[in-house]
Amino acid sequence: MLATISLIPIALSIAVKLSGATVLPGQGPPFLDRVSHNGLFVAFTAMVVATPLFLPLTIAVVAGDTIAGEASTGTLRYLLIAPVNRARLLVVKFVGAAAFSIAAVVTLLVTGIVIGSILFPVGPVTLLSGNVISIPATLIRILLIGVYVTISLLGLSALGLFLSTLTVIPVGAMAATVIVSTVMQILGSLPQVAVIHPYLLSYYWLGFADVLRNPLSLSSLWSNSLLQLSYIVIFGALSYSRFTSKDILS
Amino acid sequence: MTQTLEPQYAISTSDLTKTFGSQRAVDAIDLRVPTGSVFGFLGPNGSGKTTTIRMLLGLATISSGEATLLGHPVPSGLGAALPKVGALVEGPAFYPYLSGRDNLFRFDSANRDADSKTRAVRVDAALARVGLTQAAGKKVHAYSLGMKQRLGIANALLQPRDLLVLDEPTNGLDPQGTREVRNLIRSLASEGITIFISSHLLAEIEQICTHLAVMSRGKIVAQGSVEDLSASQTLKLTLVTSQTDAALELLSAAGIDAVADGNEVSAVLLPNQIEPERIVEMLVLAKVGVRSFTVQAPTLEDRFVLLTGEGFEVAQ
Repeated sequence: MLATISLIPIALSIAVKLSGATVLPGQGPPFLDRVSHNGLFVAFTAMVVATPLFLPLTIAVVAGDTIAGEASTGTLRYLLIAPVNRARLLVVKFVGAAAFSIAAVVTLLVTGIVIGSILFPVGPVTLLSGNVISIPATLIRILLIGVYVTISLLGLSALGLFLSTLTVIPVGAMAATVIVSTVMQILGSLPQVAVIHPYLLSYYWLGFADVLRNPLSLSSLWSNSLLQLSYIVIFGALSYSRFTSKDILS
Repeated sequence: MTQTLEPQYAISTSDLTKTFGSQRAVDAIDLRVPTGSVFGFLGPNGSGKTTTIRMLLGLATISSGEATLLGHPVPSGLGAALPKVGALVEGPAFYPYLSGRDNLFRFDSANRDADSKTRAVRVDAALARVGLTQAAGKKVHAYSLGMKQRLGIANALLQPRDLLVLDEPTNGLDPQGTREVRNLIRSLASEGITIFISSHLLAEIEQICTHLAVMSRGKIVAQGSVEDLSASQTLKLTLVTSQTDAALELLSAAGIDAVADGNEVSAVLLPNQIEPERIVEMLVLAKVGVRSFTVQAPTLEDRFVLLTGEGFEVAQ
């Protein structure tokens, strides 16, 4: 799955390189026009492209499989009689899903930086606010984006973990997680329900562009962290109450 | 005198009940598995055996009643009891993409009581004990059903155990494998491990068990040591004679129900009713000519069917 993730920046840069034509500002995803001038933008662009659908999809697969996957193979009963405490198993599974989120984000960004520097010139980056920052400063901003997006995926991991405790069919939990994430993004695009927008899991997902401003604005990073933490607490508690009282009949 | 206090029963339950909706899958059972016994847990499919095992191991919640496992209450004492219990529940289950050895490593590392320093040694010893040393490096998805079953038993033997719970341990094994497992169970039992085997392969149970319980429709219909159960069984009596009327009269005078078919008379002797030898004596004294006289103790299968009913509909 990580290999598939690394294909995003690779495909993106090859497409820009091969087309040769200059991409005009406003064409395609944000930052795409800057890729041919500065390879470091491959990482940004890939992240913008992957955040709404592809990353949530991979997280849904991993988080949806956590408990339901063990239940469907029957290994869950052998883990529990090993014995593993149920609460501890949930924590271990959540940490596993979180580790995957980190790995996915790191893969995407590192591949983006590497392929971008191979195919395109690399230089100081012009920020959204017009300032120019050096390459090391840019790498720090990219690291911040990585932290931001990883945090964005933690709430979804907790949701996936909870859905995974409800079923013994991993595909069901995975699909349900994708559906919830998609529905939240659709709701997030409807101005009529603006009142619920700040509570949607996906509300701050694309807010990492703030990291590309000077002076550095971290307010959306904090708001996002708080929102994701609430999701972790709520779905963590639901997973706990569901899983610790569940009959393991598979 | 220092002596580790062993509970009298490795497993004991009182009024243990499991309900699914309105269905009582396990209906107020009192199970007593003496420490050190090889206990056969019999019953048709769907009679509640596996549900009972799931409750005992904490996989399913207890609807009402109580249970203890190695003297610890279930479920609160499971953390203390389970490390001493090896189990095979409803068939083996493994990570198919890992090798047999890696699967055992994974399950053993899930057990916090397991010493990681001795893990490799213990895993190899368990694999050797079930004859899987050769195949230990193969991925489990390439294993035959019998190999998976043996790997499941190896998983139960990773630690020194006080109790082994084996649910259908010889399922999918060929005759050699079945024999090996039987020998393995005997040797484990001789080490003092209590063994609780659930099965419907009666020949199997008959050969190795010291104690039995029979479950039917969620209830225990018979329980005790094999000798006690044998002593309390009914005997089937068949005699061939030309004087059937005289024989029938004599038997009914002795309070025995008998029927004649041609010149064959069959009767059922209830436990402790009368010794068969006395009947022969009576017949001879009455000068009833007897051509043949057979006393048949029912097989375990007969008793099983007697206790649990006949046909496919025995358990709903």
